[in-house]
Parts: sequence; structure tokens; C-alpha cells
Amino acid sequence: MSQTTAPTTARAVKTKLRAEGISMIFRRDGKETSVLDSVDLDVYDGEFICLLGPSGCGKSTLLNSIAGFLAPTSGKVTIDGEPVTGPDPRRIFVFQERGVFPWLTVEGNIAFGLFKLPQEERARRIAYYVKLVGLQGFEKAYPQELSGGMKQRLEVARALAVNPDMLFLDEPFGALDSITRLIMRGELLRIWEAEKKTIIFVTHDIEEAVQLADRVVVMSARPAKIQQIVEIDIPHPRDISSPRYLELRDGIFEQIGLAHKV
Amino acid sequence: MNLLVRLRPWAFIALLLVAWHVAISRQSNHLLPDPLAVGGAFVELAQRGLLFKYIVASLFRVTWGFLLAAVTAIPLGLAIGWFRRAEMALNPLIQIFRPISPLAWIPISILWFGVGDVAAIFLIFLASFLPLTLTAMNAVGSIPAVYINAGRNFGLSTAGIVWRVLYPAVVPQLIIGLRITLGIAWLVVVAAEMIAVNSGLGFLIVDARNAGNRYDLVVAGMVMIGLIGLLLDVGMRSFEKIRSLRWGYSED
Repeated sequence: MSQTTAPTTARAVKTKLRAEGISMIFRRDGKETSVLDSVDLDVYDGEFICLLGPSGCGKSTLLNSIAGFLAPTSGKVTIDGEPVTGPDPRRIFVFQERGVFPWLTVEGNIAFGLFKLPQEERARRIAYYVKLVGLQGFEKAYPQELSGGMKQRLEVARALAVNPDMLFLDEPFGALDSITRLIMRGELLRIWEAEKKTIIFVTHDIEEAVQLADRVVVMSARPAKIQQIVEIDIPHPRDISSPRYLELRDGIFEQIGLAHKV
Repeated sequence: MNLLVRLRPWAFIALLLVAWHVAISRQSNHLLPDPLAVGGAFVELAQRGLLFKYIVASLFRVTWGFLLAAVTAIPLGLAIGWFRRAEMALNPLIQIFRPISPLAWIPISILWFGVGDVAAIFLIFLASFLPLTLTAMNAVGSIPAVYINAGRNFGLSTAGIVWRVLYPAVVPQLIIGLRITLGIAWLVVVAAEMIAVNSGLGFLIVDARNAGNRYDLVVAGMVMIGLIGLLLDVGMRSFEKIRSLRWGYSED
């Protein structure tokens, strides 16, 4: 299995994001907890990356520091050569918890980040992204009137509407039922192919990672290190019963130290 | 069916009035005026022009005291809640003042403002100020971090976050706090008027007793206080039906 090589399947080779020596130590009540231990990662432009690891391993922390919400204890993150100093509308974080604003309608949520645009352009984008995520007919609905899957799609639409070049998704489908989750994966891939964003997607679900990603970054338990980077060289749409898929998936199962038997 | 369900509480009130009337008419030492006498007292108050005047006087004091408290306490509470250090510094002080009944301030308010409207308004203000401050503090504290982070992610300035995230996120809880506090203010105005002024529904009750044990007027005053309190609460509750605020209330 190839190690940290540039992807052959992805469309670009330009480095979009570079994380160098990211370490994170949390101090609470005088106790120090090391969460990330000198993580190095390059993400290429237009790539779909999955950060995969057991719950609580620190992959969300890594995503939060890449996104600029948490300053790492040491190390630095650069995007397009610029150091990351805080959150930025050019890269939108889709939150694990439902991050849509309950006091705004579907339209209001999608328009949230568009306050600098003229009225016409705003209306055009709202209409476009409502359609892209399949929420037509719900423009005036409030989030509490939507299902979990619809809320998650709304949050993705709100993120895409500001035309970011990166999306950070933190276990976005974790709270959904398994059928909705499968549908949402398909939707996300469709949107990714249409919009050509660079995506970093955190998950603890091996199948999910292998279905979605160009490369799966397998992380160890805390303090998290990158254990291995697995390139998923299967074109989309992926046949999830093909030998190659099963080989890659089982390789990751072994890598994580799980006997692949229930 | 629906109409019958709606009428049920009124039918029950009517039944109680009849029971009240029967109970009073069957015994001689009048512990309470009967409902007809209370009705007569309403008519008498209306004819003397006092009913309207006293209601307006009480509402005037509550409105001013409550509004002054709202416009000062809510921004203060939001600010304290936003700056966690301020909250830690001020919380003990707030907790010391909180158990002091606003009625305990009556002597001091008379000392400062004399007998009159200002003293009563000051008492309403005091009664409303701390509950509203605490409501606003807690409302800010309970905003999920994800909303603030999303606001920052979309490039909002601090003012933008306050106006477009903080404020809408706290409104539902503020409305609950305002509603509860208005109830408290209405309780306090009656007590304040018994001592600090010469008009209003609270004054009516004390005055009717002192000036010849007119218990029909006393009960009429009590009924009026109850009805207006109910209307104030219904008015505040109507805010909870606004669609963009519904998320803040558990479905009932």
C-alpha cells in the first residue's frame, strides 16, 4: 500500500493545505493531556480527504486547528502558502452538532454568509443552492420543521453558498440513520464533483471513509499521530463489493487493529 | 366540541360564582361579600371614575418600572454573560441582592423619593432588574458555541455576531424572562401602592378597608388585579407564538 504519495486519481497535484508538526496539549486542572503529536499532512487542491480514527482520538481537534478555531500548541498550518490565524469564509466548517440557525428559515440560513453580495446575486445563489441540495419547496421552512438529513443538507448548502474553496466536515452524518447517511454520501460526492472543492472529512466509520475519500488518513489513538495514509484508487461511483474496495477496506481494518469479524 | 372545550373554564368560573353566592347567603356572619355585592362595587367604582383611574395609575407605574429595568438590565446581563470574567466577579453580589424582597426596599424608596409615583416605579424597577439581568446572563451562557463559531467562520465582525447570532439566539429566553418578571412586577406594584402612594389598585384595597371596612371594594380590587395580571401574561405569551422564535420553546 502506498505511503504519503501524491494521489494519482485526484484531479490536481497542487498542494492546497500543509500542516507541519501540529501538536496540541490541553491543560485542565493542572493536568496535561496530549491530543495531537506532531502531525504532518499535505492536502492537494480539489482532493477529498478523510481523517479516520477511533472516537476521541483527536481528529476533530486536528480539523479545528486546521480550520483556525483552535491554535495548536506547536506547529503551523498554511493554506495556499498563507498561515492560518483564524476561521475564514474561504473555508467553511460544517459542524458535528447541528449548526444551522434555528431562528432563520432555509433561505435565511443559506443567505447567512452572503451579506456582502447585492440583493440579486444573493437571490440567485439561494435559489441555486436550494436546488443543489434538494430543498425546493422548503425555502420558507424553519429548521425545526426539517428532518435531520434535510438540516444537514441545509448546512452544506449554507457552506457552499459563500463559494469557499475548502470544506471541513466533522462527522457530518454521524447523527443520521444509516439509510439517510448512505444517501447523503452520494449527495456529497455529487456536490463535490460539481463544485470542485477541497474537502476534509472527519469520520470514525471505515466504510464511509473508503467510499468517499481520495485518500484516507488513518490516525492512531490519543495522542493522535498519522498511522498511515491509504490512497483509494477506485473511480467514482465506487462498487462497494468490488475486490479492490474490500481489499482496501480490510487493509484499514487491520491497520486499526480490528479483527474483521463480528 | 371545540366550542364546548373552550367554554369549559368559563363554565367552571360561573359554577364557582354560584357556589360562592349560595355559601354566603346561607350564613350570617359575612366572611366575604357575595358576588353580587362585588359586582355592585365595580359599578360604584366605575361611576365614581375610580376604576379606570386606578387601573391606569397601576399600569403606568408597572410600565415605567418594568421598561426602565428591561432597557438597562438586558444589555447589562448580556454583557456580563458575554464576558465570563465579569460574570465571575459580579455573581456573588447579584446573589446577595437577589434574596432581598423588593418590598424590603419600601422604606428606603420613600426616604429617597417621598410618597408618590417615583417611589413605586423605583420599587418595580428593583423587582424587575435582577431577574432580567440573570435571565440575560444565563441566556448568553447557554448559546451553543457552534452558533458563535459559525458566525465567525462566515466572517462576521464582532458587531455582526452580536446582532445576527447572539441577539436572535437569546430572544426566546428573554421573552420567557420578561413574562415571568412582568408577573413579579405586577405583584410588587400592588404591595408598593399599599404604602407608597395614594392611588392605584393596591391603594384601593387598603383604602377600602381602612375607610369603613368596605370588603366588597376590597374583593373588587382583588378581582381586577387578577384579571389585569392574566391579560398581561396572555399578551406576553403571544410573543412565544412568533414563528421565528418557536424553536426556543419546547413544543406544548
